[in-house]
Amino acid sequence: MTNILAPGAVERHLRARRDTGRGLLMPYVTGGVTPGWTRYLKAFVEAGADAIELGLPFSDPTLDGATIQQASDTALARGASTRRILADLAEVRDLGVPLVASTYYNLVLHDGPEAFCAALRRAGVSGLIVPDLPVHEADEMTDVAAAAGVELVLLASPATPRERLEEISRRSRGFVYAVSLMGTTGERAALAASAAELTARIRRGTDRPVLLGFGISTPDQAREAGRYADGVVVGAAVMRRVLDGAGPDDLRAFLATLRRALDQE
Amino acid sequence: MGDPRARGRFGEYGGRYAPESLVEACREVDEAFREARADPGFRGALAELLALHAGRPTPLTPARRLSQELGVRLYLKREDLTHTGSHKINNVLGQALLAARMGRRRLIAETGAGQHGVATATAAALLGLEATVFMGERDIERQALNVFRMRMLGAEVIPVTTGSRTLKDATSEAMRHWVGVTGDSHYCVGSVIGPDPYPWMVREFQRVIGDEARGQCAAELRTGVPDHVVACVGGGSNAAGTFAGFADTSARFVGVEAEGGAGAARGRLGVLHGCRSLFLQDDDGQIVEAHSIAAGLDYPGVGPEHAHLRDLGRARYVTVTDDEAVGAAVRLARTEGIVPALESAHALAWVIRAAGGGDLPAGSTVLMTLSGRGDKDISTLKELV
Ligand SMILES: Cc1ncc(COP(=O)(O)O)c(C=O)c1O
Repeated sequence: MTNILAPGAVERHLRARRDTGRGLLMPYVTGGVTPGWTRYLKAFVEAGADAIELGLPFSDPTLDGATIQQASDTALARGASTRRILADLAEVRDLGVPLVASTYYNLVLHDGPEAFCAALRRAGVSGLIVPDLPVHEADEMTDVAAAAGVELVLLASPATPRERLEEISRRSRGFVYAVSLMGTTGERAALAASAAELTARIRRGTDRPVLLGFGISTPDQAREAGRYADGVVVGAAVMRRVLDGAGPDDLRAFLATLRRALDQE
Repeated sequence: MGDPRARGRFGEYGGRYAPESLVEACREVDEAFREARADPGFRGALAELLALHAGRPTPLTPARRLSQELGVRLYLKREDLTHTGSHKINNVLGQALLAARMGRRRLIAETGAGQHGVATATAAALLGLEATVFMGERDIERQALNVFRMRMLGAEVIPVTTGSRTLKDATSEAMRHWVGVTGDSHYCVGSVIGPDPYPWMVREFQRVIGDEARGQCAAELRTGVPDHVVACVGGGSNAAGTFAGFADTSARFVGVEAEGGAGAARGRLGVLHGCRSLFLQDDDGQIVEAHSIAAGLDYPGVGPEHAHLRDLGRARYVTVTDDEAVGAAVRLARTEGIVPALESAHALAWVIRAAGGGDLPAGSTVLMTLSGRGDKDISTLKELV
């Protein structure tokens, strides 16, 4: 796979919005976490989300901190599965922003990459993040996802050396997911110093959108991240509220504060 | 059973399915290990530690009375006689030396039965490193003696309260922790699982079991090589180390899993904890919790090399129940004066069940690795025996 291919729908959408000067907001929700969980998706869009990360819960989320672990356990205990979550999406056709699934590679392999990607497409999901599928293991998946029309987003980390970072930037589709810090998902008091440096390093090799994730939980952090990255992914800060009982309206209000912070930049 | 090379593969299994934040750390371990094993200085230092601290070589003991009862010739490779009481020390001394060579000041480990945790705490104390051990809450309860030993040795033991609260979750938690501390800490994986280079590196550090046994068999057995080589399989490190010594012989390999943790016998292709291998899963692809009376076998998967050996037909993987294992432990105690770890008792339980049948004809010679001693299981056994 090379970068001469035309960008897919996720990337076109994010580029178009970025090019208007808008800071991109991508909230995360664990599929199946509550009975009416798809209502969160609509609330996210109303709050000004530019894309949504949809977590497909896995029993052993080795890159997630306590909050998303708990969200995954809660969803699984409610009987959530990839199949049921994708079926639930029928309730929310035409959100107007791309849906990007995120899950661990075991769930992809379980159905087989072809069937898995085809199911995503049928459900209207156009991107995929697999945190335990690093670039050097992604050859098969890259081809299968491309053939299915699913944009496979790769993650870059502060520990990634230069040449590898170039390869990730080149082969990632949709956007480049910049992991802001050396750690798991979860809220943090401050944006890590490594975030700015990593974003700058990625930018040297690509003009693809760069979204910062891991630890971003407050409007101030979103504003700061928006100064150098194209946008932010907000996961644990959303899911902690959901686990504490916050409904779609509460999440709309919370995300609106992040939206405003990004717009001020 | 050679070097899996650049992509860390054993057939279609293995690989380095680590989060991007750990990929560089894995590469550094791989590079350091390749350098170290080629360095006579490192090899000499490890051999010395194995001899002077761990008490190697361990004997090969003919199980005379039990052999007579079973009608086979059973020899036990006595890893229970190593310092700290199980084969885990072989791997840990290797990795601790490697960590020190890499300038790391702390070891991280997961543990199930506590044997790997105790070995890690021991090696850390010996080499002046710190140790942080993750252990499931359920295992902390059933292996209280080992928890105390680790703390006595100066290690920090962190209870893991998520999921099944056993080895699988302790491993997840150790990996999560490592992401944040790769600069100064080495993750000392306790079995032949995890991202490349761990399955290979741990097997190489454990092959001392097989290499010694090979020499001992050559000296003591009429045939030179046993007909069967048997070991219990949790992740599969004592088995892999034992098999490695006999890879070029016609000996038949048998890996014995716990009925409730039979990754090799009943697992499906998947990826967990950094490698592609066989794991117990439900119809939705969620990992199923393992259940075994032996905490060290309470893992829902198996190391990638075992998955490959299974596919090749080079090794076969069988299961025994909790009851069979307990029965085997009692029988070994009463016939040979050895109280085995419940993990090791699984290997013996299969020998007892199979002896005289088609899988293990009368008169066969069997080498079985007795991976550890049973002291840690006394409180479990007390309730049952
Ligand atoms: C005595 C003993 N044997 C066997 C095992 C299983 O590990 P492996 O399959 O890696 O040898 C353990 C693990 O804790 C153990 O303590």
